[in-house]
Amino acid sequence: MRPALNFRTIVTVVLIAALVLLPLYTGLSGNRFLLTLFTRIVIMALAAVSLNLMLGYGGMMSFGHAAYLGIGGYAVGILAHEGVLNGFVQWPVALAASALFALVIGALSLRTRGVYFIMITLAFAQMTYYTFAGLARYGGDDGLTIYKRSQFVAPIDLSNKTQFYYICLALLFGAIYLVWRLTNSRFGMAIQGARSNDIRMRAIGFPTYRYRLVCFVIAGTLCGLAGALLANQNDFVSPSIMYWTRSGDLIIMVVLGGMATPFGPVIGAVALLVLEEALSGITEYWQIILGPLLLLVVLFARGGIDGLLARADSKVRS
Amino acid sequence: MSGPAILQVENLAKRFGGIVATDDLSLEIAAGELHAVIGPNGAGKTTLIAQLSGQLTPDSGRIHFSGADITTLPMYRRSRLGLARSFQITSLFLDLSVLDNVALAVQAHAGHSFRFWRDARREPALRDPARAVLVRAGLSERADQPASALSHGEHRQLELAMALASAPRMLLLDEPMAGLGPEESSAMVTMLRALKGKVTILLVEHDMEAVFALADRITVLVYGRVIASGTPDDIRANAAVREAYLGESEGAHV
Repeated sequence: MRPALNFRTIVTVVLIAALVLLPLYTGLSGNRFLLTLFTRIVIMALAAVSLNLMLGYGGMMSFGHAAYLGIGGYAVGILAHEGVLNGFVQWPVALAASALFALVIGALSLRTRGVYFIMITLAFAQMTYYTFAGLARYGGDDGLTIYKRSQFVAPIDLSNKTQFYYICLALLFGAIYLVWRLTNSRFGMAIQGARSNDIRMRAIGFPTYRYRLVCFVIAGTLCGLAGALLANQNDFVSPSIMYWTRSGDLIIMVVLGGMATPFGPVIGAVALLVLEEALSGITEYWQIILGPLLLLVVLFARGGIDGLLARADSKVRS
Repeated sequence: MSGPAILQVENLAKRFGGIVATDDLSLEIAAGELHAVIGPNGAGKTTLIAQLSGQLTPDSGRIHFSGADITTLPMYRRSRLGLARSFQITSLFLDLSVLDNVALAVQAHAGHSFRFWRDARREPALRDPARAVLVRAGLSERADQPASALSHGEHRQLELAMALASAPRMLLLDEPMAGLGPEESSAMVTMLRALKGKVTILLVEHDMEAVFALADRITVLVYGRVIASGTPDDIRANAAVREAYLGESEGAHV
């Protein structure tokens, strides 16, 4: 069963090692920009992992997932603006607000299916976007500057770039482990069954709506955490972090990397954002190159990059 | 045969626009019997099963299952009361393994599934009963294959295995032999015969040979109405049935 050469495992291990060792390299080379870029990548990967839980495993095609980035981000921004800098307050509030928001949106949108579900999640996210754009007290369209990052106890200092990177990375790995446990549990079997065949699930005795809703809430909460991190990284939060194209980026990361795989979304986030960065250095019309590339992956690599690696493995084996 | 009724259907009606799919239908099924429902295409057999299982809500009429009114109960609640269903068009979790399919059916009846941590694929409480059902269904060698890799005949067996996994009190079988070859059909008849008496069965089936071999009682539907109900001998002798249904093609075999 165990092949001698396993591309998929090698790529995953190399990726993890590279992410863990990155600050060493940037420290030695003095390339601070790379560390900032990868902090953003790690945070977006966390958001993609959360979307993968509901999209990949749960089959729920949310087109409004970036809304939770905004909710989490604004929870931190607004509290900081009002003088509450304690991270032990800010972050739980960010998570709770995202969970509550996901509960309301999920409860309504999960009554629909297919295209309607996509449209209603998109509509809710856009409503949220315009709501925050209209909050004059918190900067409205221009966004809200965060003058001080979330404060934790003594050794933890989010202003230290290396430390902040490792905190984000630890949370990303924690989220991957959490999703992995969830998806293999009874709960995970129930949501995957509902993805596969909802009517059959109800016919054999599952109230699938409840399981989908809980999955929706967990995914939204995890994404809210990514939002809190993102606000801290940027020292700034604005409505644009929950614009619908952001939700689209998250979907691309999940599909590009490989849906319903533990590491797929991380691979997708790294691939998309590094490519975006590299291509935008070459030409300002980088999207003309990126678009067809994505098209090729969707057309010829079903299962994304992770699926491509798995297939390469089975070719080597046979 | 004439035990207490486990399922009572009273004056059931369902229409889709101008089409009457179920027309003032009443039916009683005794506990332990194998009751076949036959009728030409479009007689409303699948619509009847859909209403009994809760996939469709009737426009009027009542359904009682072991004393409780289940007319408006959602599908999953009926399943929990012990009313299981197989589908005419194979309806499985194709991207999961054969064992996963059956284990999910076991899990559905093993309390709630808000259990987030333990590996469900390593829970003997789910896997052992599922394996036992697969042995009974003759699918144990296929347990670890994805359900999509099975043949049509095996899909039908898995369909039935999933309905059985919940240890139901009553089975609603919608054409379990649809599309099966002669050998697979007779294997299915053997399986159903083994179940007979242990669990109440409502069988919708086009295979007349199988129906007359297995059924304790038969109800004949035409245009959503019951035109006859009785033992296989009664049905064979019934003039209205011969004219409306059997007389045309399959009457010769009866």
